[in-house]
Amino acid sequence: MGCGRVGARLALLLVQGGHEVTVLDIKSSAFSRLGPDFKGTTMLGNGIDQEVVRRAGIERADAFVAATQGDNRNIMASQIAQHVFGVKRVVTRIYDPLRSDTFAALGLHALSPTIIGANAFFEELTGDAAPPLAV
Amino acid sequence: MYAIIAGGGKVGFFLARELIDQGHEVLIVENIGDRAEFIANELGNVVLRGNADEASTLAEAGAERADVVIAVTGDDEDNLVICQVAKKRFGSQRTIARINDPRNEGIFRMLGIDATVNATQMMLSVLEQEIPHANLVPLLRLRNTDIEVVEAMLTARSRVTGSALRDVELPPESTIAVVIRDGSAFFPNGNTVLEAGDEVVALTRGVHEPRLRSLFFAD
Repeated sequence: MGCGRVGARLALLLVQGGHEVTVLDIKSSAFSRLGPDFKGTTMLGNGIDQEVVRRAGIERADAFVAATQGDNRNIMASQIAQHVFGVKRVVTRIYDPLRSDTFAALGLHALSPTIIGANAFFEELTGDAAPPLAV
Repeated sequence: MYAIIAGGGKVGFFLARELIDQGHEVLIVENIGDRAEFIANELGNVVLRGNADEASTLAEAGAERADVVIAVTGDDEDNLVICQVAKKRFGSQRTIARINDPRNEGIFRMLGIDATVNATQMMLSVLEQEIPHANLVPLLRLRNTDIEVVEAMLTARSRVTGSALRDVELPPESTIAVVIRDGSAFFPNGNTVLEAGDEVVALTRGVHEPRLRSLFFAD
């Protein structure tokens, strides 16, 4: 769900790895990021709409990734995937580190690009592994 | 009562005004500066400028002592997250969310939101009630169950009209609870003969609703 730079690249990587992939986005223009030879399926629609994800085949999906720009959209879609459709592997992009903590505690597998990015820069600059941030 | 209202649009604004009139303590969280300023001019010092879906904003708003957190922004996903953060992170007593897409009601309930208000669904109910005899009108669903309370207006063509209740073959897990006749309600028994014009309030499990409908309506 979400065919931005991250979503599109992930879809291409997965297809390259031999996986079956359906990419959802609310803008058809976003699919141009997949290139003309994309071997997966693209579908126009909102991933927080249960009918849309059902049509996308979520009931037989092994994994669901929410990678739109909106933390809340990602959180809601992921909880629908997890609790309504029982998808085994659900990974959610949550930019806001605090929200990421909260929903990790609620059982979501959250990835925060904010934390990952800042830590990568820290390590590049200092040569040390980034410690947890004392708040 | 201390109520935090997330979203200072029309719903949030008027809700706050009424609650303040009733003497409650209210704080509106609104992220658009102009709108926050407007609300402050109209209602006084009851606005916090910020995003209610951010934990730091809810902390500043005093979510841990709020009796109720009401999320009335225009986006279902924002309202869901605001209520979940308020409940899980701050232990807010009660969360109420506005929903736009009626299909989202189930997931909100599943994720522990205490109550939802859905204008789309209300409009639909009003429309159904204004088309007489047309259908089984869903009145409410008992919380956390699939038991529905439905209402039907019987006509001369209804299959059950003219029958005593004991002779009516109801679908399984269904019961006729109340009959409203000529404006007064009573609890029917086996001898009650159903008449055209009776409003019948029944309880049924969701899956049996179609059978109940075909019992009340000739076609």
